[in-house]
Parts: sequence; C-alpha cells; structure tokens
Amino acid sequence: MSLTQDDVKRIARLARIEIDDVQAQATQAQLNTIFDLIATMQAVDTHGIAPMAHAQEVYQRLRDDTVTETDRHAAFQAIAPAVENGLYLVPKVIE
Amino acid sequence: MSEASLSALAAQLASKQISSRELAQQYLGRIAALNPSINAFITVDAEKTLREAAAADALIAAGQAGPLTGVPIAHKDIFCTDGWLTTCGSKMLSNFVAPYDAHVIQRFKAAGMPSLGKTNMDEFAMGSSNETSHFGAVKNPWNPSYVPGGSSGGAAACVAARMAPAATGTDTGGSIRQPAALCGITGLKPTYGLVSRYGMIAFASSLDQAGPMAPSAEDCALLLNVMTGFDPNDSTSLEREKEDYTRDLDKPLNGLRVGLPREFFAEGLNSEVAAAVEAAVNELKKLGATTVEISLANSQLAIPVYYVLAPAEASSNLSRFDGVRYGYRAPEYGNLDDMYGKTRAQGFGAEVKRRIMIGAYVLSHGYYDAYYLQAQKIRRLIADDFNEAFKACDVILGPTAPGTAFKLGEKSDDPVEMYLNDLYTIPANLAGLPGMSLPCGFDAKGLPIGLQLVGNYFSEAKMLNVAHQYQRATDWHSRQPEGLK
Repeated sequence: MSLTQDDVKRIARLARIEIDDVQAQATQAQLNTIFDLIATMQAVDTHGIAPMAHAQEVYQRLRDDTVTETDRHAAFQAIAPAVENGLYLVPKVIE
Repeated sequence: MSEASLSALAAQLASKQISSRELAQQYLGRIAALNPSINAFITVDAEKTLREAAAADALIAAGQAGPLTGVPIAHKDIFCTDGWLTTCGSKMLSNFVAPYDAHVIQRFKAAGMPSLGKTNMDEFAMGSSNETSHFGAVKNPWNPSYVPGGSSGGAAACVAARMAPAATGTDTGGSIRQPAALCGITGLKPTYGLVSRYGMIAFASSLDQAGPMAPSAEDCALLLNVMTGFDPNDSTSLEREKEDYTRDLDKPLNGLRVGLPREFFAEGLNSEVAAAVEAAVNELKKLGATTVEISLANSQLAIPVYYVLAPAEASSNLSRFDGVRYGYRAPEYGNLDDMYGKTRAQGFGAEVKRRIMIGAYVLSHGYYDAYYLQAQKIRRLIADDFNEAFKACDVILGPTAPGTAFKLGEKSDDPVEMYLNDLYTIPANLAGLPGMSLPCGFDAKGLPIGLQLVGNYFSEAKMLNVAHQYQRATDWHSRQPEGLK
C-alpha cells in the first residue's frame, strides 16, 4: 500500500497537526518507507491468536470512594498559557 | 572520586570522609567543565542540588541515613520534578516547570539522594541517537563525533563521562539499553510494572518502564532497590513483596544455562560486536555456565509490530499537548482548531509528528484490524517465543545493538535505518520482560560494545548476579574515555 498526499493531509488533520503542501510531500515519502517496513507483518498467519494488549494480566484496582486530592488549581494554572478567574482561556467556540 | 562505585561513595559518606555537599560540588564541577562539549544535561541548578545535599548531610548526621543517602544522581528529563524545568526534550514543554514529583523522583528524594540535574534525551523519548532533542544532540564521551544512542542518551553520556555516579533512564524499545551499550555503561530495564510510571511523561504506556543506569551491575542493583515498589497512582504498578536486588550478586554461576537466540547472531550483526559477545559467552563458560541454542523466531517481526503499537499509544498519549493547560502555545492563531494545529505543528519535532501520524493512521476507521489488531496478535507470538525459550535456559544473551555508535547525522535522515538499531531490544519490551546491557569490549575505533541479557519475569536479581560475576572477571565496565579522566 502507498499513502497519497491526500491521505497524509487527512492523517495530519486527524492528529491536529497543521501541515503545508511541501511538508506533506516530504512526510508522504517517509511514511511510505515506514509503512513498507510495517507491511512485512501482514504475511503472518495470526488466525486464532488472542491479541496481547499488555505485558501483565492486571485488572483495574478499586479504591475507597473518598476524596484523595487536594485543591491545587493555583499551582496547576500558574503554568498555563492563558488563565483568567480560575478558567483556562481558549478562542471562542460558541457564537 | 570518579572511579568510585555507589557502595564506595556511600561508605565514604557514612564514615564522614566526605560530605554529600562536597561530593555534589565535585560532580557539579565536572559537569561545568564537561557538559558544554557533551551536552548531556538540559538543566543544572547548583543551588537546588546543594540544598538537597545539605539535607542529606543532616540525615547522615542524625544517624538516619539509608544505604545511598547523600549519593547524587542525575534524572532523565522525562520525570516530572517539582520546581524543575521538565522538558522531555521538546519545544512543547520547553517552559514546563512541573508542579509535582514523579513517583521515581519521590523515591530518590526519600532515599536522600540529591539530584544533579535533568538529562538530555530524544524528544518524548522517540529516537535512538539523541539527535531529535530540541536542546541539541548529546555527544558520545568516547568520541564526540559519534552519537551516544537514545533515547536516554544524556543519562548514558553523563555516567560514561563520570559527570554523575548514576542516572535514571526509561526504556520503551531499548532507550536504556542501547545508549548504555553505545556509551560503555550498565543499564537495566526492569519487568514491566515494577517501577511506577506516575509522573513519567508517557510515550507508549504498555511498554514504558524506568530503570537504573550506572557503571556497574552492583550499582544498578542498589538503585533498583530504591526505584521499585508498589504505587497506587499507577494502575499498572504491581503489588509485590519488596525484594533486595543485591541478594544474589555473589552467587557462583555454576549450572547457569545461557540461551543464545540464533536470530540475534544472524545477518545484520556487526562482526566486531559478534566477536566481543562470543568472547563474553566464553568468559561465562569459564565461570561455570553452559550454553544452549534457542530460537525467538518471531523476533524479526518486533520492529514492524513496535512501529504500529508504540505510535498508536503515542498518538493517544500526546493528544494532551494542545496548548491549553501547560507547555507551548503558538503565538498567533485563529479559532480553537487552528490553535491546536499550529501549537502542535510548532511544538513537536519531525520524528514526534511522524509517529503521531503513524499512530493516528493505524487506529483510524478501516485500518484498525489490519494494523493494530494484527500487531497485538504478533506481540503475543513474540511473548510466547520467550516463554518457550525460558523452559530451556535461565537467561538469554545476545548483542544489545547490531553495531557500535554511529556518527552524528549518519542516520538522522532515514527513519527506518534508525529504527533498525533497536532490533534486539524491542522484543523484551513487547513481552514485558526485564533486559539489561553491560559493556563487553570495544571495536577498532575504540567505541564500546554492549552485551544484552534478557531474563524471565521478575528475574532481575538473577540477571544482576550474572552481570556482576562477569564484571568481577572483566574490567570493561570500569574503563573510562581517554581525555576525560
């Protein structure tokens, strides 16, 4: 398989990474060599093999339903790009 | 001082021959002299280091010292460190001062070990040469025209140049072992789940694991005693009895069965590396080990499988970098979507963007089964190969990397060529097994060669035993780069 320029732009859009035509062209060539490498696994017969998501068979632990976090919003918001009145500022999304 | 093992440094501190402050000052002096040419550290803050050292001296004076109290250590810049710049090697976090400590940092602080600073790394731990760092490439202390390996390249280089007696690293596909090999030091990636990932900036969560990097296996055992342990803040942290990883160091190797995977000695392996690894096998035989040929037939698929799974997990993990809550935000933008797109285009480097895009693609509608699910199934086959192999042997041995260090710039334009460097290290990450690298010789150019050990789950003490016995019989691990002594 081979990615087209349009594929690359669609993927970049999915990943929320702005990309121009020149970058898309360079990226297309590199991604295609990587996908050629990845394609070698397609030949393997994996019929009946259970997928392995994780190295350890662990289950999510439950904890007591009690408050464990303290309010540290001032420390966390001190490092944010734009904050006002305890709120994170972003461009307007609702007219 | 730069010759001393961690246990020797701890003994000098305990007997008050030297204070933690004096020790920290010596290492800070060496960093000031060598770091401008090696670039192993992103952040050094002598004032903070000396304050932590003074606190360690107070503990020692009060008789409350632990085994490594007062011994300084350098931390990879992937660990959130309260009040320290924590960049993960990226422009995206170039202004990020962490508001809390990673669990690993908490443990070293509780052990009374002052931090010497934050070490350079490939951006978001994605790389095998340290050339993808936003803060510039790290130079290999054995020859500054060569790479130190990656992604924990700053950690490996600072230990090799004795700018720190030890360092922390993380390993997703070889990022502790490969730089340890290329810089001639010892590094261990523990069994997945032994060291908490809390506060360790995530790359591929099902593979990421932190571990120690130091000159010797004995040092690594002492560091592992500090690093490991259950943490409720990491949902994959394992609840296990606390182990003493130094307990088996002095055991003889009589009867040890060493498995040699034929796939790790096949085409693609540099002949000088092969010869050094074979010499190490002979050394272990002299110490009482026997060898058995094994097969890890599916290990050849490890790279394609990894380059589906790791980018898939990365594309999800790195979606948090959006310019809203912390880190970089593009200076100019229109609407919210435009802010995301520009922030991420400007904040991430080329390799990180490539991997996010691979991940977004393999997880996208219509491709999930062919890529992600297929890769997960082959991951099972790779893990099953190891399970079968460990019926016939106690530890698996082979090269850490297919060659020695390569020149800066030599592979940076060819992602696939770069990826092939992790051919022998990735299988252990996919299976979740512990792996380590230790020095076993030099090539004709004087660059270090690394030997890899892969053990069964939770067999770190056995691996450290093998490595320690080998290091008692050889002196590769105590060699230091000429000119930096």
